[in-house]
Amino acid sequence: MEPLRENDSRIPKLFIVAGLGLLFLAMAFGIVGALQYVVPGLLKQYLSFEKVRPLHVSSAVFWIIFGAMGGTLAYLQRFGEKPYRPGLLRLQFWILSMAVILILGSYLAGIFGGREYWEFPPPLAILIIVAWILYVINVVSAVKTLRGQPVYIWMWITGAFGFLFTFSESYLWVFPYFQQHIVRDMTVQWKSYGSMVGCWNMLVYGLGLYLMEKISNDTSYAQSRMGFALFFLGFFNLLFNWSHHIYTLPIPQGIKNVGYLVSMTELFILGRIIYKWKASVTTAQKFNHLLPFRFLMAADIWVFLNLSLAILMSIPAFNVFTHGTHITVAHSMGTTIGINTMLLLAVAFDVLNPERKVIGTNLIIKRSIWVVGISLFVFLSSLVLAGVHRAKWQMAETPVSFGTMMNGITPYFVAVTVAGIIIFLGLAFIILALFRVVKGSR
Amino acid sequence: MSSKAKLSLYIGLIVVFSFYTTIVYTLTAKQDSVDVTEVMKGKMIWQEKNCLACHQIYGLGGFLGPDLTNVYSNQTKGPAYITAFVRNGTPTMPSFSLTESEMNSLLAFLQHVSASGQSNPQSFKINANGTIEGK
Repeated sequence: MEPLRENDSRIPKLFIVAGLGLLFLAMAFGIVGALQYVVPGLLKQYLSFEKVRPLHVSSAVFWIIFGAMGGTLAYLQRFGEKPYRPGLLRLQFWILSMAVILILGSYLAGIFGGREYWEFPPPLAILIIVAWILYVINVVSAVKTLRGQPVYIWMWITGAFGFLFTFSESYLWVFPYFQQHIVRDMTVQWKSYGSMVGCWNMLVYGLGLYLMEKISNDTSYAQSRMGFALFFLGFFNLLFNWSHHIYTLPIPQGIKNVGYLVSMTELFILGRIIYKWKASVTTAQKFNHLLPFRFLMAADIWVFLNLSLAILMSIPAFNVFTHGTHITVAHSMGTTIGINTMLLLAVAFDVLNPERKVIGTNLIIKRSIWVVGISLFVFLSSLVLAGVHRAKWQMAETPVSFGTMMNGITPYFVAVTVAGIIIFLGLAFIILALFRVVKGSR
Repeated sequence: MSSKAKLSLYIGLIVVFSFYTTIVYTLTAKQDSVDVTEVMKGKMIWQEKNCLACHQIYGLGGFLGPDLTNVYSNQTKGPAYITAFVRNGTPTMPSFSLTESEMNSLLAFLQHVSASGQSNPQSFKINANGTIEGK
């Protein structure tokens, strides 16, 4: 296999373009799902909700995976004496693409067998594991050593190995020891899921840090004590804070307490964001004319809002009200759209348009970022209000039927749907602009 | 911080995590002995029909339908109620044509889930330090 030419990012670009296509699909299925809340029974014969939800969630998860892989592989070309092998990269891309096609196809056909978030028949997981092993080989062969490396390389290595471990761990349920014990099974499931999200966040946040360094030409943060302190704090949380997902499960109190205490260490990150707010605004004024920077700034705001909500939800006394309500959905949507998608779009603009050519529609893209941001705020606020309504219902002394409660939250879901359609249009415009750049550069 | 110190801390955290993982794998709640074959058949039906897209167990799952953790032992609901919903569906939920044997397995699974604990948030007591415990 021939080595990759310097700065040849054709294959990483393919990952990002495929990821953008999946983001488009995730939003389209999300709109259908939201409409099914507002119009019960909509498309029940052809595309019922048990198909739509995994189609939406898996498309979104694969957007993050493809985007993170494309971004890291594009940027990693700066490291290592011998670049990684394009043959392996192509193989990784096609195996993962085949997995996605088979998985989405199985959902459309109503063939399931897995569990929440990975509902496809378990044998298809082998394709994801094989593709991820190739990704790890590609990343490690480019990095070689962690000595002296900037913090984002540590994050990428952690994300790459960590996902492989947690994804494999999430399939322990196929073994009778785990499968036959409902509480053990659910504990291990949410242990793996909690850490898995931390792993892809390591990849995506690392990309954000790298891009910020590239834009500002300031390499000091990625080697600083603070940079590494925050990395180790994030890693510590990735490993140990997952039990805040399962406070209501009958597991030993000690496991719950570990999750609670570790989650509270995130207050340090929140405090730092507030402390550095003024400096962030000054930097924003300096680089605001750059499109990737606009996305990075948008992600910063959502990090603050989502982290605040996450810390609140990690307090068991608060969690007992929010657990099982749409407040949890608001948090995961806020993280996926507000943080991961914004950071990955910044990376997409940087990788697909490296010379920062002025796109004919630059002004409209900047306006789209605002429209998406405002709509996302309405979208998440409506979900939180729906969650509050459900939380009150769960705690009501006089039982009210589930149907009556659902009728009560319909107005919030109308708002969620309308805001969702606007987010869809705004992001679709940005995706189309990126596709035009790719088409123009060929 | 030197590279050596960073690596030591990194490896140290992984070692503690491995130890903690072993504890988690072995230290979860005891459960009553069950007809494993029947319950596992029911669990696979639960997964193959993707019930969790709409329903929850212990508050984890979808939000379009109700939490089903304790539906089996709920005095106003129970096995007949579950069977009626599965067979007939609702305006939102499709009807599922399960065989008698499949329906029994699904019921065995839901009975097993219900026996494992309580998911109703009202069944928890809130402590002053922010923790919660079953009443």
